[in-house]
Amino acid sequence: MTIRHHVSDDLLLSYAAGSLAEGWSIAVATHLALCPACRRRLALAESIGGELLETETLADHGSVDDAWASVRRRLQQPMKPSAPARETPPARQPGGLPEPLRSYVGGDIETLAWRSLGRGAYHIPIRTADRETKVRLLRIPAGKPVPEHSHGGRELTLVLSGSFVDGDEIFARGDLEDADASLTHQPVATPETDCICLAVTDAPLRFRSWAVRAIQPFLGI
Amino acid sequence: MRELLCAVGSRRDIDAYEVLFRHFAPRVKAYMARMGGDSQLAEELMQETMIAVWNKADRFDPSKGAASTWIFTIARNLRIDAFRREKRPEFDPSDPAFVPDDMAPADAELDAREASEQLHEAIAALPEEQAALLKLSFFEDQSHSAIAARLNLPLGTVKSRMRLAFDKLRAALARSGDLL
Repeated sequence: MTIRHHVSDDLLLSYAAGSLAEGWSIAVATHLALCPACRRRLALAESIGGELLETETLADHGSVDDAWASVRRRLQQPMKPSAPARETPPARQPGGLPEPLRSYVGGDIETLAWRSLGRGAYHIPIRTADRETKVRLLRIPAGKPVPEHSHGGRELTLVLSGSFVDGDEIFARGDLEDADASLTHQPVATPETDCICLAVTDAPLRFRSWAVRAIQPFLGI
Repeated sequence: MRELLCAVGSRRDIDAYEVLFRHFAPRVKAYMARMGGDSQLAEELMQETMIAVWNKADRFDPSKGAASTWIFTIARNLRIDAFRREKRPEFDPSDPAFVPDDMAPADAELDAREASEQLHEAIAALPEEQAALLKLSFFEDQSHSAIAARLNLPLGTVKSRMRLAFDKLRAALARSGDLL
């Protein structure tokens, strides 16, 4: 598997800094699970954080002696039993959903409860605690287009299974498409199989077709 | 610092831990205090971070990076949890669907050590405007668009300065023979 479309520096640095909202972070972390090259870039970005921590200015933040005495005492107490590790849904197949995505949707590809969007397309909304993004798994039928749309904001699309073509570029498993407000596009699933992807947006999509726009409120996209 | 953290991980060496504590606790507290909030909260989060360092030190892998980087990631995750009440989605290297890296450098620990020295110099050599942006992004928990608004700069300018800074640091490490 060769990934051609990687996470941008901008997203990677925000993810490393911890300032990226949860929704975008799901797409970034799931891409990272599939892409060793981007994990090496993440290691660099996190080491910037470590280096900046070294240079953090030490204003008057109280005595380190007091803090040490207090922590030393806490270390001598028996450890609180840690919270039981969260149950991870089992992986069903090698080409299935990687973590952290699998836990977010609660199962692997063939166990999912898809909801119809009409025209053979399906989705599963994913809940997060952030108020900035909408996150969903999308299933586009083989050979069919996602209705042509532009964005009020940013849209990240991570392919998990199958592939789609957008303009003259192909996106397959692990590829991340990063579309901003200026792009009007019409991704089309390739003919062999349905295309399953994770889509994260920060504003409703704007569909060119009035017919799609008319039913949009009911689709929740 | 790397050796001290390894000593804590392998032997529960409390003297090594005290040296680490005296070095990192004030830095972690300053990092926590940047989120506003009171000094009491910053103190608590610092203690949580440093206790996690003690408890998890056996998971520190010196071939993957510096002690400061590992401690930064622990502090960052606790800060996200405390201030944003969001989960931090992370990949899981033990997941069957995880794609492992087959490029393992011959002497990763030596490389990691050289890399952190190179990085230290490269960050010090960044133009002030780029270094300031990195600090805002890593310390103040601000999105790139919030930083743009605060500095009254177009978002594109913020993103391109970040990219320039990142490229320079990457190039500095590539020269040191690291494959980042």
